[in-house]
Amino acid sequence: MAQVTTRTWSEVRPARKAAIPEGLWLRCPGCSRMVYRRHLEANLQVCPECEFHFRISAMERAKQLADPDSFQPMFIGLTPTDPLQFKDLKSYKDRLVAEQIKTGQLDAIKAGKMFIKGREAMVCCLDLTFMMGSMGSVVGETITRTIEEATRTGLPLVIVSCSGGARMQESGLSLMQMAKTSAALARYDDAGGLFISVLTDPTTGGVTASFAMLGDVILAEPNALIGFAGPRVIQQTIRQELPEGFQRSEFLLKSGLVDRVVARPQLRSELARLIDYAGK
Amino acid sequence: MSRFYQLDFEKPLTELEQMIDAAEIRLKEEMAAAASAAPGSISPAVMTIQAELDDLRRRHTESLAELYTQLGPWETVRVARHPNRPQTREYLNLICRDFAELHGDRRYGDDPAIVTGFGRIGPVKCLIVGHQKGKETQEKIACHFGCAHPEGYRKALAKMKLAEKFGVPVVTLVDTPGAYPGLGAEQRGQAEAIAVNMLEMSRLRTPIVSIVIGEGGSGGALGIAVADRVAMLQHAWYSVISPEGCAAILWKEANEQTNAAAARALKLTARDNLELGIIDEVIPEPLGAAHRDPRAAADHLQRWIVARLQDLKTIPLDRLLDARYERFRRMGSYAEQASPDGLAQTIAGG
Ligand SMILES: [Zn+2]
Repeated sequence: MAQVTTRTWSEVRPARKAAIPEGLWLRCPGCSRMVYRRHLEANLQVCPECEFHFRISAMERAKQLADPDSFQPMFIGLTPTDPLQFKDLKSYKDRLVAEQIKTGQLDAIKAGKMFIKGREAMVCCLDLTFMMGSMGSVVGETITRTIEEATRTGLPLVIVSCSGGARMQESGLSLMQMAKTSAALARYDDAGGLFISVLTDPTTGGVTASFAMLGDVILAEPNALIGFAGPRVIQQTIRQELPEGFQRSEFLLKSGLVDRVVARPQLRSELARLIDYAGK
Repeated sequence: MSRFYQLDFEKPLTELEQMIDAAEIRLKEEMAAAASAAPGSISPAVMTIQAELDDLRRRHTESLAELYTQLGPWETVRVARHPNRPQTREYLNLICRDFAELHGDRRYGDDPAIVTGFGRIGPVKCLIVGHQKGKETQEKIACHFGCAHPEGYRKALAKMKLAEKFGVPVVTLVDTPGAYPGLGAEQRGQAEAIAVNMLEMSRLRTPIVSIVIGEGGSGGALGIAVADRVAMLQHAWYSVISPEGCAAILWKEANEQTNAAAARALKLTARDNLELGIIDEVIPEPLGAAHRDPRAAADHLQRWIVARLQDLKTIPLDRLLDARYERFRRMGSYAEQASPDGLAQTIAGG
């Protein structure tokens, strides 16, 4: 996570580095024990000792969710432009190129069709490794097309979110992706589609305040940071310490904002069973 | 009235204004003196001061025009935040007859940061929703300076549903630095409230017009701004984040210089938003911005609202909703490659 682009890394997750370092063994940020990488991978990047959920890329997520070889990527040619010719300490153009080289991806999302335990579904996965999973035009357009395709085909829709929010470098156009994706979901809802939103660490800002909170069913991975405002902004506003566990999945569950907290190893079966209950 | 609060870039104006004030006092004194000395006659001293005053006023108007046509983005943000700038309640007093305020979200509370109610604007019956930042200290605190809580967004939606039920068009006035970032707001689902509003507004079966009258801060603004027609007052701003927020993150520090740089980069002025296709129209403000002449600003606003609502009334609802969908559907800027392999290879090679 070299490039900090939207909300700063420290704001989204203070004092905790969850990026997976290289090497055979690594220290788990949850329990500080050394974990064998192969065991971690076998356990879907969840610590076998303490169930700490490591952050994973969109591609890895898609692979985890899909039945073997069933993921068919869609809308893969969408490429970000620099409509505002945005420049801060670095130009957006340079940032994009750097992120594309770093990740081998065009932007912060993977979308497509897959089978989840034999149930066909349209799926989007946001990618934190690309500019903090921020939503600009490409992410918004990809999500909208996926929703529209789900509406057209009547397939259930799953969106796995992790994002620092709307992408500042596309300013108003990023903001409008919130309205665009929400409007597409309204039509999908009118058509009777089932939308399962999966919130993972971290989901904040304009992503939370649009499609991520609009699921018919909302699932969250354990201990994920989920909120509208970042913890640091809240702290600066109210000038007091935030309570322990504030804006974490379990807090949202208690507050009535998500339906279930589901550990990663159970996610596939949970999705499959919800599709059986509610899908067409 | 602007004299109680100074924007630093208005300093040249302030001096002229002080000279005008002084000249006006002298004029009164001379006229009184002349009247008692020789009633009915014209005093040369009075004429001199009158000429001086005319000249000062002319120079003042010229400087004002020059200053406000060259306003930079950061200056625009500060004009949009001017404490005397008219807010929703002031516009309601000026353009709305017989306002019937409706309170509360029926779930948690009544957020004064969003005002809702039925009213008549010109000949049009409508449902009005607007952010209120507050004018006096007490009101500002109660309104959290225009930063609404989830109950504010839910109140807005509940009342818009009434408008839909009774076939009344909706007018929203946007003026917020952003939705409130706090413990209660998060716990009660700030993000959900905003998201649901956008979803429901996109399919609300009645015409909607939105105007950014001051600050259009991110999701907090958009939460009441999904509409058939969206406009901005000339000196309003609308963006994904405030210049200070953006500067703090991307420039690592918010100060006058970085705020100005961020304001420029964010393309947040009315003209920028028009060019980006985010808004449909810019509503002109009187010379020297709305705070100098709220009445004139309100007249422009009223004329726009009435005209647009009368246009929209003629469009069949299904077509209106399709057009509303398309309005937001087309937003964004991206390229599309037939095959991404070319670039993937470039990346691998680089
Ligand atoms: Zn562990």
